[in-house]
Amino acid sequence: MSQAAQRSRYVLKRLLQAIPVVVAIVVVNFFLLQLAEGDAVDVLAGEAGSATPEYMAQLRQKFGLDQPLIVQLGVYMKNMLTFDLGYSFRHDMPVAQLVLDRLMPTLLLMVSTITLAVGFGIVLGLIAASNLNNWKDNVISVFALVSYATPLFWVGLMMIVVFSLKLRWFPTSGMENVAMFYEGWDRIKDIAHHLVMPTLTLSLFYLALYTRLMRASMLEQASMDYVTTARAKGLTERRIVFVHILRNALLPVVTMAGVQVGSLIGGSVIVESVFAWPGLGMLAFEALFSRDLNLLLGIFLLSALLVVAINLVVDLLYSFLDPRIEVG
Amino acid sequence: MNQSKGTTSADTRDESAEPVLSIEGLHVQLPLGSERAYAVEDVSYALLPQEILCVVGESGSGKSLTARAVMGLLPAPHVQYEKGRILFQGEDLVQASDERMRQVRGSEISMIFQEPMTALNPVMRIGDQIDEVIRFHEKLPGKRRRELALSLLEDVHLPDPPRIMSAYPHELSGGQRQRAMIAMALALEPKVLIADEPTTALDVTTQAQILHLIRELQVKHHTGVLFITHDIGVVADIADRVAVMQHGRIVEIDTVERVLNNPQHEYTRALIDAVPGLVPRPVKTDSGEAILQVRQLVKTYRSGGRFLGIGKPQKEVHACDQVDVVLNESETLGIVGESGSGKSTLARCIVRLHSTDSGEIVYRGQDLCPLDRAAMRPYRSKIQMVFQDPYASLNPRATVGRILTEGPKIMGESTREAENRAREMLELVGLDVRAFERYPHEFSGGQRQRIGLARALAMRPEILVADEPVSALDVSIQAQVLALLADIRERLQLSMVFITHDLRVAAQVCDRIAVMRLGKVVEQGPTAILFEQASHPYTQELLDAIPGRDWSRRRIEAARG
Repeated sequence: MSQAAQRSRYVLKRLLQAIPVVVAIVVVNFFLLQLAEGDAVDVLAGEAGSATPEYMAQLRQKFGLDQPLIVQLGVYMKNMLTFDLGYSFRHDMPVAQLVLDRLMPTLLLMVSTITLAVGFGIVLGLIAASNLNNWKDNVISVFALVSYATPLFWVGLMMIVVFSLKLRWFPTSGMENVAMFYEGWDRIKDIAHHLVMPTLTLSLFYLALYTRLMRASMLEQASMDYVTTARAKGLTERRIVFVHILRNALLPVVTMAGVQVGSLIGGSVIVESVFAWPGLGMLAFEALFSRDLNLLLGIFLLSALLVVAINLVVDLLYSFLDPRIEVG
Repeated sequence: MNQSKGTTSADTRDESAEPVLSIEGLHVQLPLGSERAYAVEDVSYALLPQEILCVVGESGSGKSLTARAVMGLLPAPHVQYEKGRILFQGEDLVQASDERMRQVRGSEISMIFQEPMTALNPVMRIGDQIDEVIRFHEKLPGKRRRELALSLLEDVHLPDPPRIMSAYPHELSGGQRQRAMIAMALALEPKVLIADEPTTALDVTTQAQILHLIRELQVKHHTGVLFITHDIGVVADIADRVAVMQHGRIVEIDTVERVLNNPQHEYTRALIDAVPGLVPRPVKTDSGEAILQVRQLVKTYRSGGRFLGIGKPQKEVHACDQVDVVLNESETLGIVGESGSGKSTLARCIVRLHSTDSGEIVYRGQDLCPLDRAAMRPYRSKIQMVFQDPYASLNPRATVGRILTEGPKIMGESTREAENRAREMLELVGLDVRAFERYPHEFSGGQRQRIGLARALAMRPEILVADEPVSALDVSIQAQVLALLADIRERLQLSMVFITHDLRVAAQVCDRIAVMRLGKVVEQGPTAILFEQASHPYTQELLDAIPGRDWSRRRIEAARG
């Protein structure tokens, strides 16, 4: 079988495997959320301030919240098949539309963060490992340690204080300056401008992690036999480091990054809140506090799909990087 | 190949020629606080063009470091050059610039290594790895480089060179990888080839082929070969001259005939005497009745499960395929085979570390296979195992005392009883009783193997299953451990299943031998008869591949007078 055919079979297999996983996640999440006390009607009633029990019962009946749990679950699962994620009473909008609206900002933040963290992590790790124990290595290692130990929200707040309030280089919050009605390139520039600080904040921790991982991995690979072989072949140090060691050293970093992309969605709740970034994390946060179950389930489902998709991409990427990994 | 060697070596060597490589008074420093100050101390030898000089010695003798020093590849900063000269065609490589050394490496002096799996970059195609050498030394267009690489792969007799070019190392067998390695090393017709234990990690039949190949290419390309090995048998097969190293010094250097047949130095003599002599044990006539019978044993490993009916079907490896062997009381049964023959699986099945698929393992009339954990318990102590790797098989966090007493205590002995027993066993295997309080890392490889043996014996076994118990040890230590095993077996009237890939060791230790290949026993019989008249072609192939076979035979004849 050709390699391409093998790969597509593998992708198909993995997608089929994902179905039960996603279903299980939805079922578990549904029941977990039911364990929380109160529902959307409690919140609506609480905010209205003067709801009678009759009105609340009426609301519950209208939203289907008076049905037995299993029926609610069944209805939800059936709707999901058509990607009808229900209706958010709080936002007065269909969940699917709400979630998809917020997906792009989150993806934007995730992609830029992971690119920055992995990219610079690899470069810094490489520099540190090739300058073992001299000042460059020490500076990078101390930087990694400090970033590693600093809480995300604190970094975010400090950046706002320094770069937005004092220096006025970057906007404090939001994704774009809506009031300016930018179009085309101007809009992209505006969004990029807004993106800088959230990305930096969110990537700092991961950057530190990948730097350390890459440094350790480079050092480990440098002591391998094939490096001695490469030296014995009379190759230049450049070639040995950038071709032989680097590619092998990347493998653990890619593995780690693959695992962590999923957790970035969680990590972004804090950053999105600090910078008022209109992403999924913010939405989840709001949904949680307003007991907006349907919305929360929608976000969970989307996150699960995202993680499954990312894992598949990472595994494929891995099989390209390491020929010893057989897809199948 | 043994015949061909005698003639070629005489033809190609030219005693009067200028040495292509000569090492003069080389000192290599070890870090402060090491066991000795120098890894290599005052070593001088010369390599003539077109000869094979074997540097032989045990681990830690400095034989590899000398070679690394020639390549300028000492593992800095721990190990450093101190003084001496390394003259390559009159040029002192110690004084050469980094840039000059880079030119020399790979094109004028090249090197092959012990472990062909780890010595090749796992994520790079073989073709690219060969191409690299050529590209970094010669200005040739890509098409010419590819042609050259293909012809090199042809030269080392690899099947289907274009396919090998685009293969990754893990897709080749150990022997094929070493051939690719050799192709890479010889790409630019170097004057000197340094081979650092190039066959140690290979099976015996593959080893014979690789040795033959090195000899063939050495003659064809007029290369001087510096061949580092610990195996006297290999030396006998391939060397023109031999240098013997001990503790960083050369103790003896001369032609292969003189060193092997008339060694001058005491250490050389000890080293040669430690090599098992290929004299099969006499046929045992007073064998007791069968204590253990393995009947129609089947063990298959499966991998690559299916999910929802999609995906590749399972891979199956028949590790043991209807194996029948019998162990008689107070006899040693050798299980001999190459890697992947299923010999270790058989051993693990006998000790019940693995479950079996079908078949019987009958110990004194009781089939052990259907027994569950609890029912197996009384039989556990009767069959005990000694493992191959003395470093990995002892728990580094447990004292020797705990290692030795744990088993007996589980079997219901009191702490006091078990400790007394453990001390007795330590004495029996020739260790100081004070070892009881110490940890495994404080002991050498040979001593650890003794601890492993004491651990097995503390259980009062009737059958000892030894899985390659001496293959990780230096030859002199190996001789000691084998002698100890023989002694204990005699004294305690043990029966033993002895797994080995080394026919020399098997000849010395085993009363009967079963030869395994691809999960099947192809032949079994008394050792002496098997060695005299092997009936299966594979057995014959194994016997022919024993390194230094002719030399050993001549020694036996000489000893007889």
